[in-house]
Amino acid sequence: MIVGERKPYEEIKSMLEGSRKILLAGCGTCVKVCFTGGDKEVALLASQLRLSAKKDKRNIHIMEMTVERQCENEFIEEIAPYVDAYDVIMSMACGAGVQMLAQRFPEKIVLPAVNTTFLGLLEKTGFFVENCQGCGNCVLGDYGGVCPVTRCAKSIFNGPCGGSQNGMCEVDPQTPCAWELIISRLRALGQLERLSKTTPPKDWSSARDGGQRKLTREEQILS
Amino acid sequence: MNTQSNLERVLESGAFAVTSECGPPRSAAGDVILRKGLMLKHCTDAVNVTDNQTAIVRMSSLASCVLLKSIGIDPVLQMVCRDRNRIALQSDILGAAALGIDNLLCLSGDHQSFGNQPGAKNVYDIDSMQLLACARDMCENGRFISDLGEYEMDTPPSMFIGAAANPFADPSDYRVLRLAKKVNSGARFIQTQCIFNLKKFGRWMKDVRAMGLHEQVYILGGVTPLKSAGMARYMRDKVAGMDVPDSVIRRMEGLKGEAAREMGIKICVETIKKLKKMEGVSGVHIMAIEWEDAVPQIVEMAELLPRP
Repeated sequence: MIVGERKPYEEIKSMLEGSRKILLAGCGTCVKVCFTGGDKEVALLASQLRLSAKKDKRNIHIMEMTVERQCENEFIEEIAPYVDAYDVIMSMACGAGVQMLAQRFPEKIVLPAVNTTFLGLLEKTGFFVENCQGCGNCVLGDYGGVCPVTRCAKSIFNGPCGGSQNGMCEVDPQTPCAWELIISRLRALGQLERLSKTTPPKDWSSARDGGQRKLTREEQILS
Repeated sequence: MNTQSNLERVLESGAFAVTSECGPPRSAAGDVILRKGLMLKHCTDAVNVTDNQTAIVRMSSLASCVLLKSIGIDPVLQMVCRDRNRIALQSDILGAAALGIDNLLCLSGDHQSFGNQPGAKNVYDIDSMQLLACARDMCENGRFISDLGEYEMDTPPSMFIGAAANPFADPSDYRVLRLAKKVNSGARFIQTQCIFNLKKFGRWMKDVRAMGLHEQVYILGGVTPLKSAGMARYMRDKVAGMDVPDSVIRRMEGLKGEAAREMGIKICVETIKKLKKMEGVSGVHIMAIEWEDAVPQIVEMAELLPRP
């Protein structure tokens, strides 16, 4: 899932300075699952903003609205009838959701309340880790299901580097060395010979480096 | 294939090689490099120039190599994959060769989080293994990485290419296999991480010999003179992939100033003498961190003067 983290309250407050009517838009998909931008978090931020406005003797009006998915036009249409009445839309979705709103409502100021952090998984309750960078050319099959692009701080394809110690990464001793994991996984699978040849340089044109990426599903396009 | 490298000449002659290193200044003071170079010139066969080591901004390795070359030193250009993509790396290899730099050491590079620019974006377009293969292909075949036009250079670079190896990092049973990959990718010489744990290094060399790698690549054992017990403990505790046994720390313990430095040099010389006797070790790489003036004494005490 896409994991996000709410921005510090002070930053949110300063972004909203001077705004009286705020439409606070949550998203019911990824950011809800990671407890960052679903209906509950929208309610929490709204109360925080209302309370601090009251304390500062400012008059604000906040409308809370969480849609199923902010990254799809179909769902954000639910917001459309209310938008005109507000000064700003603050989105609690990932960066895709924020941009979807900005694109759909070009005359409105759209602000992000969340830092989109990574594509990851829930390792244990309350603990998410990054596992995928969406490089556009998955190599997990060659590395025992452990991604060297994402999980190695140097994204090296012929590791491990000299900083791997006791199974941990030199950059953060709390993070397992991806290459230690790759080697032990492949060894357990009897596939260590996969690493005997030098992996040639990766073609990064399918990654972010090739510019904005697009995906077309011809069969889905209505003529 | 032979290059103009003095280091290659010495290693090919069968002599026990001595290299050292020179860290460029954190300023534009070219005279710092020249001063360090003059200290190292008579007692080494080649001098490595680090490439923004520990991710701290310093004078460029290539510029410093050119300065060393101007006073008759054979520089080893260290090149890390952290700061440049394949376009810049290949371009710098061509430039280095044109400026008369004959040795290249391919490295991953210390992660930027350790240095003075932790907010920097790292590159790692290619890794050290891929850089090795790239440099070899440029030198031997006149080709660039997966060049779409299949372009072949009319004047390819000619460089003696090397890599680093850390016999002390984990997973330890994979380290020799990784060395074999480096050899297959084009490394003709290897400079190792600092050796304090001779026993562990000896075990690694045994595995190296068992695979016959010592006959395919020149291995230079890395050594570092310790300045104090504090430095020894720091290296043990804070530098990943470094193995400083308690026996070494005990010898440094309680010694201050000059006495500690003397002990550090003594341990270093003892290590070199043991490396000299080890089958498959072709030389020594002395990394006297910000203590280049200790190198002439170490080389002399290790009975490695004069240089061939």
